[in-house]
Amino acid sequence: MSQVLADLRYAKSHEWARSLPDGRIEVGITDHAQHALGDLVFVDVPQVGTALEVGGACAVVESVKAASDVYSPVAGTVVEVNDALSGSPELINEDCYGKGWLYRVQPASSSGLDALLDANAYSAVLAAEGG
Amino acid sequence: MNQILEKSIFEYSRSGRSAQVQQPPGADVASAVEKIPAALRRSKAPMLPEVSELDAVRHFTRLSQLNFSIDTNFYPLGSCTMKYNPKACNQYAMLPEFLARHPLAPDSQGQGFLSCMFELQEMLKEVTGMKAVSLNPMAGAHGEFAGVAMIRAYHRARGDLARNEIIVPEAAHGTNPATATMCGCIVKEIPVDAQGDVDLDALAKAVGPNTAGIMLTNPSTLGVFERKIEQVAKLVHGAGGLLYYDGANLNAILGKVRPGDMGFDVIHMNLHKTFSTPHGGGGPGAGAVGVSARLEPFLPVPIVGREGDQYRWLSEVDRPQSIGRLSAFMGNAGVLLRAYIYMRMLGREGMSRVGEYATLNANYVMARLRQAGFDLAYPERRASHEFIVTMKRQAKELNVTAMDIAKRLLDYGFHAPTTYFPLLVPECLLIEPTETESRETLDAFVVAMATILGEAEADANTLKTAPHTMPVRRLDDVRAAKQLDLTWKPVNSAA
Repeated sequence: MSQVLADLRYAKSHEWARSLPDGRIEVGITDHAQHALGDLVFVDVPQVGTALEVGGACAVVESVKAASDVYSPVAGTVVEVNDALSGSPELINEDCYGKGWLYRVQPASSSGLDALLDANAYSAVLAAEGG
Repeated sequence: MNQILEKSIFEYSRSGRSAQVQQPPGADVASAVEKIPAALRRSKAPMLPEVSELDAVRHFTRLSQLNFSIDTNFYPLGSCTMKYNPKACNQYAMLPEFLARHPLAPDSQGQGFLSCMFELQEMLKEVTGMKAVSLNPMAGAHGEFAGVAMIRAYHRARGDLARNEIIVPEAAHGTNPATATMCGCIVKEIPVDAQGDVDLDALAKAVGPNTAGIMLTNPSTLGVFERKIEQVAKLVHGAGGLLYYDGANLNAILGKVRPGDMGFDVIHMNLHKTFSTPHGGGGPGAGAVGVSARLEPFLPVPIVGREGDQYRWLSEVDRPQSIGRLSAFMGNAGVLLRAYIYMRMLGREGMSRVGEYATLNANYVMARLRQAGFDLAYPERRASHEFIVTMKRQAKELNVTAMDIAKRLLDYGFHAPTTYFPLLVPECLLIEPTETESRETLDAFVVAMATILGEAEADANTLKTAPHTMPVRRLDDVRAAKQLDLTWKPVNSAA
């Protein structure tokens, strides 16, 4: 069973979002997603300053099996990206909710995360997918 | 694992060793070099291997023996249509009159070749139901590019400049979104329903004044025939868009159903799949395109035309709206000849038997594998020329993945099916037996699959560490992707 953290919000397309104390939001892909993809070999993160819409393709994660788009769970402007991923994409496999974060955004509105799934709802999505 | 299978040919090299007999008689290399202006000559000799003829023959023969090929083993690689390539196609395409023809020779001296290409165009028109065909594109993706470029040229010629969106169902061939992007279009992906058909509600919402067209593979990469194709055509045409047919899976319907009759405006055909020219070792391919009447002016040139009993190249002069040229001359001439000969050998009747037996073989293997305990991704649907097994259950219960099964199959003398494609089916194997396999071969494959499933239940480690009998063992995919190291350098090289 994939790990789902209680204090994060989730998108059906298997991204997570975390509210940081300074109001910014950190985004990554879930344990289920990294497991389904397998060993990652390449990650393409958005550039700082990119304006993202909810559900818009914002990053690419490539494993030995497949290349997949990552869809932004929140609207906002990218303020920081995880540069470590370019040399070590395996950080996502090893620690998807920690060192494997993708980017941080300044959200476009303060209610950004409310529309996302909580841990229970996301777990239900995974159960329905048979994951 | 550092097993040396065959050394690089440079490692056989010894200074001054050569095959004298292969040099042109009386060649005076030194004086030939003198005639090249000094500024254009290289200052350092290139690194070329110096070996005897026998060294060269042995090296390349040994390399070829490491290959897995359709001439030695069953090759059910889904979506790739690895059917047998009849030797006669090769033999006749190698006639000296074809081989020695210079591409710049006047039309009057190549009437035989031109007539073959003209007939190939005509036969492809007939079998696909399209109005016109160009043989230019040199691979499937090249054909796709030509097709979408024509769709864009058509809209532009009408002053309909806003149409830059290409709709791609998620069951489409993986190259389709890439093609649309290469042509400067925006890709809109739409879902398929639980039965694998296009979601018509999503399509209705996706079409509009910006729709350039839709790219469809039918049968789709899910191995099932798109049953709603007529409604799809109506919706897209009604919105002013055009329909693109990806010919990746044409083998399933060959001689039975024609894309032109389904309402498609443009199609590319993988001659190296459906029409049996050699591929899998790098091709080369051939991705002929066919179009409906409204796209005919935009076809890539040159095209072979007939006037009376004479054939000639049609160029930009004849087709001023053409999207242009895609290759120096006209596609891969040798490949086109092989496809032409294949079609002539099959004839009209043989053509429909291709579709029949490709479908029969796929459905037979599908039924047998289901009996053997494998799960089908679309158990309710009849297979087209290929079908999908999903190992999702085994991955969970036995910790055995689709890749483990694929690798273990190699030990049993079968090429692995396509793995992890299409992306929307987890742990999948896409299996395409093609029409050229005997029932005995298909049965042997099913027995191997059943045996492997038994091994998975008894001792999954046998699968995890497979293959055990191949020249190379399980490769490190991750390291291979991360540490690209594709050039060989001599040990004492400074670089």
